[in-house]
Amino acid sequence: MSLPPLDKLPNPIRPAFTESSQEGSVIVNIGPSHPATHGTIQIVAELSGERVLRTDVHCGYLHRGFEKECESHTWHNLIPYVDRLNYCSALINDFAYCEAVEKLMGIEITPRCRYLRTLLAEYSRIADHLTCIAAALMELGAMTAFLYLVTIRDYIYEHIADLTGARVTYSFGRIGGLAHDLPAGWLKRLGEILDEMDTFTGRVHGLVDRNRIFIDRMRNVGVLSTAEAVNWGFTGPVLRSTGAARDLRKDTPYLAYAELDFEVPVGIKGDNYDRYYVRMREIDESAHMIRQLVDMLPEGPLCVDDRRCTFPDKPLVYSEIESLINHFKLVMEGPQVPPGEVYSAHEGANGELGFYLVSVGGGVPWKVHCRAPSFVHMGGAHRMLDGYQLADVVPTFGSINMIGGECDR
Amino acid sequence: MDATVFERIPERLAGLTAAPAVAHGILVVEIDAARLLEVARVLKDEFGFDMLSDLTAVDWPAREPRFDVVWHFYSTRHFGRVRVKTRVALADPTVDTLTTLYGSAGFMERECHEMYGIVFRGNGDLRPILLYEGFEGHPLRKDYPKHREQPLVPYRDVKP
Repeated sequence: MSLPPLDKLPNPIRPAFTESSQEGSVIVNIGPSHPATHGTIQIVAELSGERVLRTDVHCGYLHRGFEKECESHTWHNLIPYVDRLNYCSALINDFAYCEAVEKLMGIEITPRCRYLRTLLAEYSRIADHLTCIAAALMELGAMTAFLYLVTIRDYIYEHIADLTGARVTYSFGRIGGLAHDLPAGWLKRLGEILDEMDTFTGRVHGLVDRNRIFIDRMRNVGVLSTAEAVNWGFTGPVLRSTGAARDLRKDTPYLAYAELDFEVPVGIKGDNYDRYYVRMREIDESAHMIRQLVDMLPEGPLCVDDRRCTFPDKPLVYSEIESLINHFKLVMEGPQVPPGEVYSAHEGANGELGFYLVSVGGGVPWKVHCRAPSFVHMGGAHRMLDGYQLADVVPTFGSINMIGGECDR
Repeated sequence: MDATVFERIPERLAGLTAAPAVAHGILVVEIDAARLLEVARVLKDEFGFDMLSDLTAVDWPAREPRFDVVWHFYSTRHFGRVRVKTRVALADPTVDTLTTLYGSAGFMERECHEMYGIVFRGNGDLRPILLYEGFEGHPLRKDYPKHREQPLVPYRDVKP
């Protein structure tokens, strides 16, 4: 079959408005593939001159049936899928999902695993925030700041690759533990990278914080009030930028966060500048947490000793029948999760990352639903875009840090 | 979290719901679909559940009524979570919209509508959101085959 002519192709979306609401205004389409929006998103906007009157945000171009696919694989097999939700901080997805399954199974992870997951989650948060700020700055023309931040991000990627074997999608979480323990010398290199990062983020602070161009583009643009942010479901750095110190790590502590000393940075008025600054401060807080965790990290087993989910040691699989059968059952049938339902939320890099799981017993989930912060944020994005300039769409959108993988699932 | 909230809610909702229970740290409230707006208002105005975190449905093909619609509410004041569940039948999968109370309900109801075919009474904007205009069926229903394809643009022949 040959492709129909381009102008005969069906339109995948139906815009909320197609008529101008006032004399002289025009309706333009931005995206889904536009060089200035990182992420495949389509914005239909009505403009009066350069001013945005109203917007209609369309997502879904990266939809790949994550939730449907989850219903035909074992609980363990989903770990690579959840990696691909927010691919800027895949480890946080891993741990949030694994914890939800562990709650259903009534498993308490080992102390070493708990601290190590906290450490890796904060390390991922740094990488995610670096990506977000770097891209947002680059879109404003700050190429030097972009390179400084992405340099550190690449150190982190390479460093996590030393641990997990992959740069972006790690598949490192396991139900009841982690894939394996730290390689020798990993923590030493971690300290070096954090020190290096302080130097580079310091340079970025020096380059942009008091830069007139940067302030003019960011201050008082995309302003959101706390009440509005809560009503539209905003969480994470966007909510905190409005001045509300709401952070699941503090409010409903999980993993090892209750034992850590950290602050929840907040903004003043919820504009683009505040979102930039909150993320920069959160990087500092995450580094502070990681340094504490390195000192607190206990020795001991990594995975729980539970035959329902933990794979037996390889030498045992090859030498005794019980372990062989155990391994076989875990691979072929999956971990046996008792019937029930659970909603478990972690503070992802962009906001509340929740997993709602329904089990009817057995090795395959009945339903897996991901509460993705990016999706909810897109529902309220028009509150930050309407009323500002067309050119402000780019930095505002960058400051939300929409990640297509988790938004569209 | 203020633990008394989970004790006061069942008292306040007595008569509106069967015995609520706490499961994995979340208060689960099962209600009649007709009572949704009433219960949501009580939760929001009297108990401080100011954020609608999540909305989805669960399909039980062998059961009548077939669908569970599930809302998760969160309070940014006392950090409690409540799960509200209701059952709707395939013949009339209708519940009230919560867009009048929560802005975030808009996108979530659109997603739930396209994935499960749940109709949100009063929400005038139930356009497809992750799928495209003209997509047939509701893919997260259990009777939608996983491998069914509906390409919007026909596949091109690839010459070997």
